[in-house]
Amino acid sequence: MATRTLISGLDLKRPRTRAVYFGVLAVTAVAFAAVFIYPLYWMATAGLKTPVEFAAQTVTVLPEDPSVSAYTDAWNHMRIPHFFLNTVYYAVGGWLVQLSVDVAAAYALSKLRPVFGKLVFAAMLATLMLPVAALLVPAYLTLTDLGLINSPWGLWLPAAANGFNIYVLKRFFDNIPHDILEAAAIDGATRLKTLTKIVLPLSRPVLAVISIFSIIGMWKDFLWPMLVMQDPEKQTLSVALQRLSASSQVPPTEMIAAMTLATIPMVVIFVIFQRHILGGLSAGAVKG
Amino acid sequence: MATTTTAAALPLRHAGSRRSGWLRRRLGDNLMAYAFLAAGLVCFALFSWYPLVRSVTLSFQQDNLVTDPEWVGTANYRVLFDDPLFGTAIRNTVEFTGLALVFGFAVPIAIAILLNELRHFKTYFRLVIYLPVMLPPIVSAMLWQFFYDPGQGLFNALLHGAHLPTSQWVQSPKTAMLSLVLVSTWANMGGSTLMYLAALQSVPPELYEAAELDGAGLWQRVWRVTLPQLRFIMLVMLLLQITATMQVFIEPFQLTGFTNPDTITVMTLIYRYAFAVNQDFGLAAALSVLLFVVLSAFAALYLRITREETV
Repeated sequence: MATRTLISGLDLKRPRTRAVYFGVLAVTAVAFAAVFIYPLYWMATAGLKTPVEFAAQTVTVLPEDPSVSAYTDAWNHMRIPHFFLNTVYYAVGGWLVQLSVDVAAAYALSKLRPVFGKLVFAAMLATLMLPVAALLVPAYLTLTDLGLINSPWGLWLPAAANGFNIYVLKRFFDNIPHDILEAAAIDGATRLKTLTKIVLPLSRPVLAVISIFSIIGMWKDFLWPMLVMQDPEKQTLSVALQRLSASSQVPPTEMIAAMTLATIPMVVIFVIFQRHILGGLSAGAVKG
Repeated sequence: MATTTTAAALPLRHAGSRRSGWLRRRLGDNLMAYAFLAAGLVCFALFSWYPLVRSVTLSFQQDNLVTDPEWVGTANYRVLFDDPLFGTAIRNTVEFTGLALVFGFAVPIAIAILLNELRHFKTYFRLVIYLPVMLPPIVSAMLWQFFYDPGQGLFNALLHGAHLPTSQWVQSPKTAMLSLVLVSTWANMGGSTLMYLAALQSVPPELYEAAELDGAGLWQRVWRVTLPQLRFIMLVMLLLQITATMQVFIEPFQLTGFTNPDTITVMTLIYRYAFAVNQDFGLAAALSVLLFVVLSAFAALYLRITREETV
């Protein structure tokens, strides 16, 4: 035991404490499975049930007569691939725009230090405190004035105004020693070259965390994409699912299959990048 | 910022170059820096700074995107205060925030303390509790809508199977708000639990040892050591959660609709005024401004607390 917690390692060696410990462990493990995994399992398997079995609503562990027809129907009728590609396009584009805008800004604030740089940084940080609710209506009207309704830029540009990204990037850049950049400048590297050849390669870990959270954020976003993408053809998967569920023309098994399909990319990202995601969270907590 | 000299400018100055050359150099450096900043400034200006100002001016205007905006003084605020839905929305939002704190604030702390004691399956617990956070929020809401269905939903099937009384869940005014809170807590608690868990790693082990030597039992160690050590992050999370839950939207929007007076919240009312029913952006802005003022108080408190702690 590296560090001790509430209960010491010594205590745990006593048979009674050990018994209680393993009891609690088992109960917690099962409770977690029931509360957090079972709903997702229910969702994935409900899409495999026949409409009749689904309507019967007996709590089953395995579908009696599993069939993927709800999934294929959802895929074809609800045009999942179309909305899926829309969402991928918005998420990847939003990620690239966020990254280029915010990296450049944080680099300028951290290493080029212009006049009023501190003021600009403070004004950007202050937006972290701004509730989305306060900006929703005026930002929407501004977007309308700019003619960006139904344009992906209507999703990307507001996403780039991300105070959290600026804060994290600037803090990271601040820790890169000036000497390295100076040496590069003496060797004749331009500011842009210093950024792309020296600062960015050094910043890989922080860029990874920001990238993952920005893609997850774009994928999960609902209200803003619903307002911006008014043309049903251009909607994200989340917004399209909600629209189709409200029209209630879709059989429930098909709807649930579509919900499962919308979830899969996020679960895949989570499984692949779990260490970055969970690590990014705890970094946020320690920073306070 | 007057002392700003970039590293590259320094050697030149020491070489005794003329002052005008140095000035030109600094001007160039600043232009370069602002070139890197430009895109960021535009994005923040258009979508954060200007909208903030505009929400205030808009709240004194009549604007429906069809006719030209018109100054109407405090008319929007008067209409707002006369609307019975306004009071309902405030009450509901406060109720939601309160209930969300009972579950969403206390439960993650308890779970984090428990998980910190478990020496097995660490990765399993951390992964599993965060899984719902990865779902698109609208999918969580729609999924729970199936669970809550009073006729054929999973929850009533389980209750029925256990010979317990079933519930109307979101369809009864008595349980609607609580049902929404459960969805939101389930979907979001992973993040806060993991943050508490990370904070627990930095509780000095000597404190537990000392408490034990003084004869403190398990509960006393929780109350006297663990919780006081978590005080700061608890306060931060409390304020963040209050601000987040006061802006709740997706759960009432999907599960009960933005017309249902049992669960209409400030955020769904803003949506209703601006986009769903009235197309009255001035009225929606007036409500946004009021919400903003309340949330700013929490934000100011948050800033004060975090600043005191880091000094």
